[in-house]
Amino acid sequence: MTTAADTSLDRSVMPPSERRTLLGWMRRNLFSDLLNSALTVVAAAVVFLVALLLLRWALTTAQWGVIPANFNLIMRGQYPAEEAWRLWLALYLLGGVIGLMWRLISGKFSTAALIVFLIPLALREVPLFSWMTRFHLLVVAGAGAGAFYLGAYLPIQRSVRAAVYVLLGYLVVMLVILRGYSGDAGPMPTVTTILWGGLLLSLLLAFFGITLSFPLGVALALGRQSKLPAIRIISVTYIEFIRGVPLISLLFMGQVMLQLFLPDGFPLVDRVLRALVAIILFSAAYTAENVRGGLQSISRGQYEAAQALGLSTYRTTMHIILPQALRAVIPVLVGQFISLFKDTTLVALVGLFDLLGIARTITANPDWLGTQQEVFVVVALLFWIFSYTMSYASRRIEQRLGVGER
Amino acid sequence: MKSMRKLNKAGMILSMVIGMIIAACMSPAAGPEVVESDEAAAPAMQETQTTLSIVQERGHLVCIGNAQLPGFGFLDSEGNFSGFDVDYCRAIAAAIFGDADALEVRPASARERFTILSSGEGDVIIRNTTWTMSRDTDLGMNFGPTTFYDGQGLMVRKESGVSTLQDLQGASVCVVTGTTTELNLADQFAAAGVAYEAVVFEDFDQSFNAYDEGRCDAVTTDKSSLVSRQTTLTAPADHVIINVTLSKEPLGPAVRHGDDQWFDLVNWVVYATMLAEEAGITSENIDSFMDSNDPNIGKLLGLEGDFCAKVGLENAGCFADVIRLLGNYAEIYDRNLGPDTVFDLPRGLNSLYTDGGILYAPPIR
Repeated sequence: MTTAADTSLDRSVMPPSERRTLLGWMRRNLFSDLLNSALTVVAAAVVFLVALLLLRWALTTAQWGVIPANFNLIMRGQYPAEEAWRLWLALYLLGGVIGLMWRLISGKFSTAALIVFLIPLALREVPLFSWMTRFHLLVVAGAGAGAFYLGAYLPIQRSVRAAVYVLLGYLVVMLVILRGYSGDAGPMPTVTTILWGGLLLSLLLAFFGITLSFPLGVALALGRQSKLPAIRIISVTYIEFIRGVPLISLLFMGQVMLQLFLPDGFPLVDRVLRALVAIILFSAAYTAENVRGGLQSISRGQYEAAQALGLSTYRTTMHIILPQALRAVIPVLVGQFISLFKDTTLVALVGLFDLLGIARTITANPDWLGTQQEVFVVVALLFWIFSYTMSYASRRIEQRLGVGER
Repeated sequence: MKSMRKLNKAGMILSMVIGMIIAACMSPAAGPEVVESDEAAAPAMQETQTTLSIVQERGHLVCIGNAQLPGFGFLDSEGNFSGFDVDYCRAIAAAIFGDADALEVRPASARERFTILSSGEGDVIIRNTTWTMSRDTDLGMNFGPTTFYDGQGLMVRKESGVSTLQDLQGASVCVVTGTTTELNLADQFAAAGVAYEAVVFEDFDQSFNAYDEGRCDAVTTDKSSLVSRQTTLTAPADHVIINVTLSKEPLGPAVRHGDDQWFDLVNWVVYATMLAEEAGITSENIDSFMDSNDPNIGKLLGLEGDFCAKVGLENAGCFADVIRLLGNYAEIYDRNLGPDTVFDLPRGLNSLYTDGGILYAPPIR
């Protein structure tokens, strides 16, 4: 372990960075010799040509009318229009929760926080949106900023633990808002999960998939390291079994076969829930293996030192081993979470309308035949935005925790 | 010695766990057996739980459908299921509940549809499903009346003037490789003694792109797909689907073996739409038939007899509700595939037998 002072010392003796002029950089990197120059020219030509063709398609041939016409479908699937205000309510709360969590975790209004609050404001500039949508986005940003400032006066102690409780509480409230509680009528009529779709369903599946598979995966990784044979064998068997099966077969089992195993007259389990359980079970096995990598990177000395201090196994694991092990595998874990997000598209194959399922049914609408390219480009863009945000966030966290420096 | 015993114990636990997993894995293979035992139990079950009573208790019909077939099943921009097949789902819901929206469409892929029906998660399949013998027997399905007679067709350029198979002598035909479509093409052209050149592709997109670019004189697949694909060509109006059918694809509803009352109900809802077209009853003029003296019309609309009770429904006007809410066969067809849609698909075989088609519904008596 090096101290912070050492790190700054290391920095101070680093060689001075070269002067960065554009021309100098280009000569050094793009035109250093004949072969390199030729490659640069060819690559630039290819990029230019592809960009030109894409741009020409996007500006002339593409029928972008399909996107605004089906925008609600892409965003929330079959979620009834008259209940859509509940989605906004959930988003207001999300803005507030993020603001509050920021206050509880860092307490400072950093640049990153500013960016988070600027996202809803930036989204308002998308020309597609109605003034109603823009108003909602303004409220989301306002709720975030408001919660951040008011959070300072709350009688809650600043801690990550408090932030996690706030988040868990929000999840429950959000599910109640989305699902409704008052049956067929009343202030919040039930919207069955079958009607949840589009981006809403994709994000919910990914979010709950990640948050619920993570603790299960960590438990399995610890179980695999356990000295108790029963726990170890169960963990190993589970991990190896799940990793030997493709996700789509788990989804099919859940959607199609489950009913055959259940006794007659057994109430049908919610189909979205079944898909979610399959995703969680699947992802947990991979998380477990990634976390195991982190656990095995911890040197024996850490365990021995903890024992010498008289810490219990529980405390050693929670306070010494896991924090170091998890920090070491952040990039791998985030990579896996991104792939989980993209894997949620498989639910389209078992009859749920996630983003991809919605895209496929939109292109089957007789009014919009032949618009596959337009719809799938937009879907890809949406996936890219969220995946890139995740990977950007992971890099920020790594920087903050100093992974690779200590 | 002690560690040996430990090892044995661990081995035993391991083998037990593995045994359990294998058992769990084998169960899917035992699927058909499960279905069979269900069938054996069906007579005993029927007294309490018929499909109809389950549907009525649930309050809506679960119809296994398609969400990705233009004209037959898809979500419209408001998020409602729409299409020819979906309208027949709605028709059954209308007959049972008097409400065409008492319906949940369960989108399913071609592979999983039969399993979902067998497991009882759906009540009926209406999903461009071809009635074949092995499905009717091995898979334990009962097929209702064909709602749409599809068949493999050929699309050509209008300017070529091709209208029969013989006109295609020496022509090149775009086709997807490894499908029954390719085999049908070879069989039918050989039978007609017409020489042709097959230009094969891996998938539909490539096949139709090649045709659009003029690399072949004709392109072949099922007619219902041809019409939807036609609209995606650069100049849809320059192409025509010729009146030649290369294979039989009767598409209709399917239900589980073992519940004849439910099977009858589905059958007669479909027949009712055809009988209504025969009698000239539409969703718009149905009220003018309500004092009809024609006994055939009276029986269809529930003015005389208790024909709805014969399929287990208390509502004597069950078929009248279907016609009022969905219309007769012609209305359903025209709404989804007819001249006012992008498809403009000629009725062909799907005309009444009186109009040269093969739609022939048995009488209600």
